[in-house]
Amino acid sequence: MEKRVYFRARLFPYLLVAPQIIVTLVFFIWPAAQALKLSVMRENPFGGNTRFVGMQNFERLFNDPIYLDSFQTTILFSVATTFSGLIIALLLALAADRIIKGATGYRTFLIWPYAVAPAVAGALWVFLFDPTIGIITYAMALFGYDWNHKLNGNEAMTLVVIAATWKQISYNFLFFVAGLQAIPRSLLEAAAIDGAGPLRRFWTVTFPLLSPTTFFLLVVNVVYAFFDTFGIIDAVTKGGPAGATNILVYKVYSDGFVGLDLGGSAAQSVILMAIVIGLTVVQFRFIERKVSY
Amino acid sequence: MVERRPYLTFLSHAFLVLGVAVVAFPIYVTVIAMTHGPQALLQVPIPLLPGDQLWNNLNEVLFVGRSTSGTPPTWLMMVNSLVMAIGITVGKIVISILSAFAIVYFRFPFRMLFFWMIFITLMLPVEVRILPTFEVVAGLNLLNSYTGLILPLIASATATFLFRQVFMTIPDELMEAARIDGASAMRFLVDVVVPMSRTNIAALFVILFIFGWNQYLWPLLVTTESDFYTVVMGIQRMLRVGESVPEWNIIMTTTFLAMIPPVVVVIAMQGLFVKGLIDAEK
Repeated sequence: MEKRVYFRARLFPYLLVAPQIIVTLVFFIWPAAQALKLSVMRENPFGGNTRFVGMQNFERLFNDPIYLDSFQTTILFSVATTFSGLIIALLLALAADRIIKGATGYRTFLIWPYAVAPAVAGALWVFLFDPTIGIITYAMALFGYDWNHKLNGNEAMTLVVIAATWKQISYNFLFFVAGLQAIPRSLLEAAAIDGAGPLRRFWTVTFPLLSPTTFFLLVVNVVYAFFDTFGIIDAVTKGGPAGATNILVYKVYSDGFVGLDLGGSAAQSVILMAIVIGLTVVQFRFIERKVSY
Repeated sequence: MVERRPYLTFLSHAFLVLGVAVVAFPIYVTVIAMTHGPQALLQVPIPLLPGDQLWNNLNEVLFVGRSTSGTPPTWLMMVNSLVMAIGITVGKIVISILSAFAIVYFRFPFRMLFFWMIFITLMLPVEVRILPTFEVVAGLNLLNSYTGLILPLIASATATFLFRQVFMTIPDELMEAARIDGASAMRFLVDVVVPMSRTNIAALFVILFIFGWNQYLWPLLVTTESDFYTVVMGIQRMLRVGESVPEWNIIMTTTFLAMIPPVVVVIAMQGLFVKGLIDAEK
């Protein structure tokens, strides 16, 4: 789609795009190019000079069990967060879609966690699950379960998944509600007249018609779990214990700033960029504008 | 509703109430923790009913810095957060309107190149280029400054695309009429295009304000002087006290204060918020 008529000017449009382009060049493209360059270099530990090492940094990474572990941790974390977030939100949206009175009231009380910063969400949940004074820890102790996410890796993972899911439910809920409202009532009524019960209607009518929304949310949630959960990890576990919650984004940060391994950190950045580019392509190719709101 | 099934309706309500309760539970405990002194929060179990220390906690959090974590008084961190959030929001909206206007209403060499450059920023979240971006900002002497907090975050592909789409729907006749009346491009932008996009601007403002307020990693990197700490990263500093016991009453009060502005914005402007979310993803 293009406009039929334009303003005529030679220099003015460049002035208009200049601020955006300068910020993009200086703070996005230049650093990304630096990361690309550093990822094929290695700094000489005894002198300032760097030399070209080709794919060595990447080879080193993929032979590093800690990095591979971090990859696995990230996948586990994003699958768990995405699925729990989508399923809970879908159930809530189906419930909200069914009732007529009070649906907006429920919506108000369900959407606000979206506004809570990931690090703040982390602080909220860490207080509830604190090994000494957490109220949920206390409740679990009554049932004989001894919770300590500072020592137990699985429990640490569970805790960050809970915090990340809690924050993301509102987003998924809003989009599922919109998706459900777009499904024509006549289809559901026809199915009901043919004798399909609520469960059957869900699987044969609602769920297939909701699939564009679901697919869209799937991608958004994976991106969220990969990149936007940094604050949760940092506030709750700092990647520990023993790397049990050390997701890729967190590892780039800790290797770069704490470990000061420039080449390795840059190679990790490049791999993450490839992942974002892949996800963005999926989002734009397969979703396009087919999602119906 | 397709048919009457009272038990299903009841189940729906029950599930929603349960959902609301689970979502709200952490806030309830936070509010309770705000009203107790440090001693009460060392007991097991911690109290689940309000205490009488609310004013003390608020007073101490807002006006006294913490020596254990090195954070300044929270009012200062809230001001920093506000400056950063507003700066990012206004910056993103202004430069996105300008570039979308150029791309839609002008034809010039490299137009598509610029368009794709802006598009690429979508694929480069700050998390994946942390170290080199930090070096650029350090090289420009922008560490520990509001400019350093705001400027690197104001490029926005999403906002530019959104405004491009909005401008596309503005009828060409309006522009022709403006030109016949002798209005300049700038005048047309200010008097026609911006007023016609005001709902989109407002919706975007809500979303971007939340985005800006909740920034975490970036302030963590570029601020080393506590005078520039934002409240969201201040909480992290308070949680990291090493071997000593965290001051939970202080932490939870700060946490609550940090949530208020974005949550109030979402709840008070629900309609715009929902519109903004959906617009931003189109």
